[in-house]
Amino acid sequence: MMLKSGYGWTRIHTDGIDRRTVLNAALLPLVGKTIRAQAPKGLRIWDVHCHMYRVPGDTPEQRIEFLVRLADRMGIERLILSQGYSANLHPTADQLREENDRVLRAVRRFPERVYGSVYLSPSHLEASLEEFDRCVRDGPMIGIGELEIDKRCNAAELDPIVERAVAMKAPILQHCWLKTDGNEPEESSPNDLVELARRHPDATFICAHTGGNWERGIRMIRDTKNICAEIAGSDPTSGFVEMAVRELGAERVVYGSDVGGRSFASQLSKVLGADIPDTAKALVLGGNLRRLYGPILRSKGRAPERD
Amino acid sequence: MRGKLQMIIDTNAYLSRWPFRRLAGDEPSAFVSHMREQGVSEAWVGSFDGLLHRDVGGVNARLAADCKNFGNGLLVPFGTINPKLPDWQEDLRRCREVYRMPGIRLHPNYHGYSLADPEFSDVLRRASAAGMIVQLAVQMEDERTQHPLMRIPPVKLDPLPDIVRTMPSLRLVILNLGAVPGRKQIAAAGQVFFDFAMVEHVVGVADLAAEVSRDRVVFGSHFPLYYLESAALKVREAGFDEADMKAVCVDNARRILR
Repeated sequence: MMLKSGYGWTRIHTDGIDRRTVLNAALLPLVGKTIRAQAPKGLRIWDVHCHMYRVPGDTPEQRIEFLVRLADRMGIERLILSQGYSANLHPTADQLREENDRVLRAVRRFPERVYGSVYLSPSHLEASLEEFDRCVRDGPMIGIGELEIDKRCNAAELDPIVERAVAMKAPILQHCWLKTDGNEPEESSPNDLVELARRHPDATFICAHTGGNWERGIRMIRDTKNICAEIAGSDPTSGFVEMAVRELGAERVVYGSDVGGRSFASQLSKVLGADIPDTAKALVLGGNLRRLYGPILRSKGRAPERD
Repeated sequence: MRGKLQMIIDTNAYLSRWPFRRLAGDEPSAFVSHMREQGVSEAWVGSFDGLLHRDVGGVNARLAADCKNFGNGLLVPFGTINPKLPDWQEDLRRCREVYRMPGIRLHPNYHGYSLADPEFSDVLRRASAAGMIVQLAVQMEDERTQHPLMRIPPVKLDPLPDIVRTMPSLRLVILNLGAVPGRKQIAAAGQVFFDFAMVEHVVGVADLAAEVSRDRVVFGSHFPLYYLESAALKVREAGFDEADMKAVCVDNARRILR
């Protein structure tokens, strides 16, 4: 079956995985401390790119409990969650609402650890604007995205969505890939995001995956200052974060995992293993997200603690 | 977790230069330093040169020399064998008799053969008869991020269980396999082990251990192309108890080496 694999759309076989993982989680102890690689003490890690896709559990509450337990193990303070269980390239308006409801249930389970980001589709514009109002303006969610479906993000239908985001100071997480064998027909590239970002200079965009082919993606967004590079959802290839920090500045690079199609582990390693100063690691792993999401969190009376 | 592991055996690492990017750790001295910093006491290394170079004899000579000259025993060489080259049997002989390598590493997709080709079975048979471990690298990187002029699909493993079943003394380590169907069938066919450098989904290492048994999983980083920290953090994320962690990080690899 075609499923969202955490970095685009691909063929994935999932038979039996959830049951096994549940069993593992129940049987295995929480902490293994023999491995030296870990987050230095004092680093406050926020993950901008989390889904409940491929996470074990029958309910949103069970799935987020599993993820928060892993976040504890890996030293991650906050998870920004989107898309629910989504594995659908073309969701209906009802399906968007259902996935957002799942995220809201997860946020309610851990309101101090998990933030929500609303799932929208430019193919269902009116319903999407209603969802924005329900989940962000009138609800607890603090951002838009991960957007990745139905239309490339340079489409005009994105403009009203971005205008709502600007009004609420809500950052937008936009899926962007540059697949060597070609993107899906309506899959966005970093260049598409640049077009959108230049039409909306007051908006804050986060370029999810930075194209996957990050040596090209970083260059594409370099001159568009209201786009940050996000590192989630690609293999832990050495050099990604080093190049992003060198070309964009540490203030424009953010950590995300794309869990559960990816592990927290492999994506954290891109920062923890990078040859960059500790001050840059602190920004990439959470400082920048607290700056970007600070205004909307403050507007909701939930200002992040100072670094 | 009580106590500390004294070592990690990394079964999947490379020396020399990745063709498309300079990497932190692609010089032997830097490689060894980083391995030690992360608690790795032994690294089974192939050579990136083995992917594309046709003078495989030279590749293996340099690999053996680097392993001798750097790391004070940390580096364990696994020579390249390309059975599509004339007289590859001599490369295999040198790996065993001249360089005293414990094993070889195969890259069928970079060398242009499938596992159904008779050369593959021939390599396995000869290596096994010589008492050598065989490492089979399924892929080197995500197909979607490859250089557009160098697109190399992963190795198809469908013929593998039937081949392995005919060679009970073969010790085979599969590198860079993701969470794909069929791992259990491959493991059941013989003495087959799996690294987890490309097992990417959440708690994927624990899933792999549940599927093929923890005694068939070995630590593999794919360093320096991948951050070494990725493999180490995956073990942490798996939440293994002490016995499982020791098996995966040390004992299983030791058992393969005998």
